[in-house]
Amino acid sequence: MSTDQSFVHQGVTDEGVVYEGELPPEDPYALSYETGQGTVYTVSGGDWDSISTPDEGERERIVVNMGPQHPSTHGVLRLILELEGETVVDTRCGIGYLHTGIEKNMEFRSWTQGVTFVTRMDYLSPFFNETAYCLGVEKLLGVTDQIPERASTIRVLMMELNRVSSHLVALATGGMELGALTAMTFGFRERELILDIFEMVTGLRMNSAFVRPGGVAQDITDDQVARIRETLPLLRKRMKDTADLLVDNAIWMGRTVGVGYLDLAGCMALGVTGPILRSTGLPHDLRKSQPYCGYEDYEFDIPTQDTCDAYGRFLIRVAEMQESLKIVEQALDRLRPGPVMIEDKKIAWPARLSIGGDGQGNSPEHIKEIMSQSMEALIHHFKLVTEGFTVPTGQVYSAIESPRGELGVHIVSDGGTRPYRVHYRDPSFNNLQATAAMSNGSMISDVIAAVASIDPVMGGVDR
Amino acid sequence: MSDQQPVSPAEAGLEVAATATVMPEDVRELEIIGVRHGAFSAQDGGDTSGFGGLVAPIVMPGPTERPYGEWFDAAADEIELALADRGLPMSSAVEKVVVDRDELTFVVRREHLLPFVQVLRDEPALRFEMCMGVNGVHYPSDQGRELHAVYPFLSVTHNRRLRVEVTCPDGDAHIPSIVSVYPANDWHERETYDFFGIVFDGHPALTRIEMPDDWPGHPQRKDYPLGGIPVEYKGAEVPPPDQRRAYT
Repeated sequence: MSTDQSFVHQGVTDEGVVYEGELPPEDPYALSYETGQGTVYTVSGGDWDSISTPDEGERERIVVNMGPQHPSTHGVLRLILELEGETVVDTRCGIGYLHTGIEKNMEFRSWTQGVTFVTRMDYLSPFFNETAYCLGVEKLLGVTDQIPERASTIRVLMMELNRVSSHLVALATGGMELGALTAMTFGFRERELILDIFEMVTGLRMNSAFVRPGGVAQDITDDQVARIRETLPLLRKRMKDTADLLVDNAIWMGRTVGVGYLDLAGCMALGVTGPILRSTGLPHDLRKSQPYCGYEDYEFDIPTQDTCDAYGRFLIRVAEMQESLKIVEQALDRLRPGPVMIEDKKIAWPARLSIGGDGQGNSPEHIKEIMSQSMEALIHHFKLVTEGFTVPTGQVYSAIESPRGELGVHIVSDGGTRPYRVHYRDPSFNNLQATAAMSNGSMISDVIAAVASIDPVMGGVDR
Repeated sequence: MSDQQPVSPAEAGLEVAATATVMPEDVRELEIIGVRHGAFSAQDGGDTSGFGGLVAPIVMPGPTERPYGEWFDAAADEIELALADRGLPMSSAVEKVVVDRDELTFVVRREHLLPFVQVLRDEPALRFEMCMGVNGVHYPSDQGRELHAVYPFLSVTHNRRLRVEVTCPDGDAHIPSIVSVYPANDWHERETYDFFGIVFDGHPALTRIEMPDDWPGHPQRKDYPLGGIPVEYKGAEVPPPDQRRAYT
């Protein structure tokens, strides 16, 4: 509605009488007219084009706090927007609302217990946090070559399933924030299929603490492999449905094409990695360039786009999910019988878990061995569980490709049974810095699309 | 570990003389970051294990002499040439080079950090386009160089990584900011300031980022307590994690 039109209102009253007539132009946004039932007020929004074009020099700048409790800021992110009308002049991020001191806490627990902490950092990609940490600890220990192949394959399997579930949430929450609620319900529904697999394999949907220094906590059974295989076709089909919902959707494209622009130079300067970097056309993926866990033996492509915008990142995530499922299938094929924990008994977690009548716990055979057959086994069990193992002094930086980019872990050991310092270079934390570069000069609604395309997870940002 | 009293290498009865001929004084101090006493962290004489008299220095990996191996030598040569072009000898900019676990670390003197990272970014043969942030490490017993800032770099072009480490004393916790060269380090330097109190000179807006603005202290330092409350379990009391006896 604009101010220069005469205000003609057409509507239906409660009695079903069609009403039509000239209305007084006093307040164009709060119309009132008389009906048989009394005065009816119609409050409507305005069009910024028609009412907010102040003359040069008369621009009024206001600062709007968006978040940390705003449903569209992807978690407890606080955006401090400087606005002129609805144009964003400057953007600042306020973070720290989810800081839990995980890195500090880890300095007071054993190396193995550290896994339980790091899995809670970026809560949408727990297996990546665990694997990055364990690869670092193994590098410090110098046992990288001794990790059994089956353990590495299970790690890859879980990480790639995790990548799918993480990207599904990125689509789901991103869709929700832009008003595509069906994408949200679809995304979370599909993610539940994967979380069911996680629960089946590790016992927990999230925060599994499954990947341990030296291997993984528990072997994966043939039944579970079969169940995962059964799930994959359904997952593929449903992911296609979700993608079809959005890929050529005119509204979705209207909200994301050309929005949140960040080119290659910007990405390099701001240290941005992951789908945002790949949306500039650079196929940089640590799984290819610096393989770990045997990724060099898997066949997969690195999807890229050259649009540098939110839509390109969306397409990359959709394509990456398909690539991840390809890797999952290869990993399932590559599973050969064997140990899932390092041979070295000074490092290997002694538990042999099994499912009993009262839930998951140590297997009766292992209990029998340490309680009545082998004193040495009992001592080793006790020492490893209470004291843990020592890690030689030094520092390492281990980096893996998480769903959001380079997840780097800097670990320092002073030769003790506890980490001296663990620092996570979380991609969400780094990439959030690009918010201002992506959204300054755009509309407020585009800020939402830009932040959604960064896909920050505040648990990882604040740690 | 952290709760040990600072003890100098000489006090710990270390054989430092053997290494003194090949390494200058400041280098030797860096390697030994502390001394570990006993097998447990019990300070109250409660250690009855027989290991109570154990004294062990904590020695970090020391400097590496050439050849460093892999591509490290070539990169070091390039850095040396590029620094020389800028009138800065390698020996004054770089304190030592450490190659440990296939990772290359340059320990750079803080006053020469900016030209050093400029070289890393701009030289075609180096091209470390990305700095993956900065991390602080606090060594309370490493006197004169208690605070370390560790910068991981990534070259996408050459697919290489290296690390730059800078130290500063606790009493003068200043390190130049590299945000002018690597804008990505903006938040990372704020985080390191927040957690360690290292002031990055030249940073555009060095404020706290994770902790509230009025928070006292810098939580990731080793002298900052973890905090916590005792846990009651079946009538017994388990002290908070930082007060429990620990194996070290």
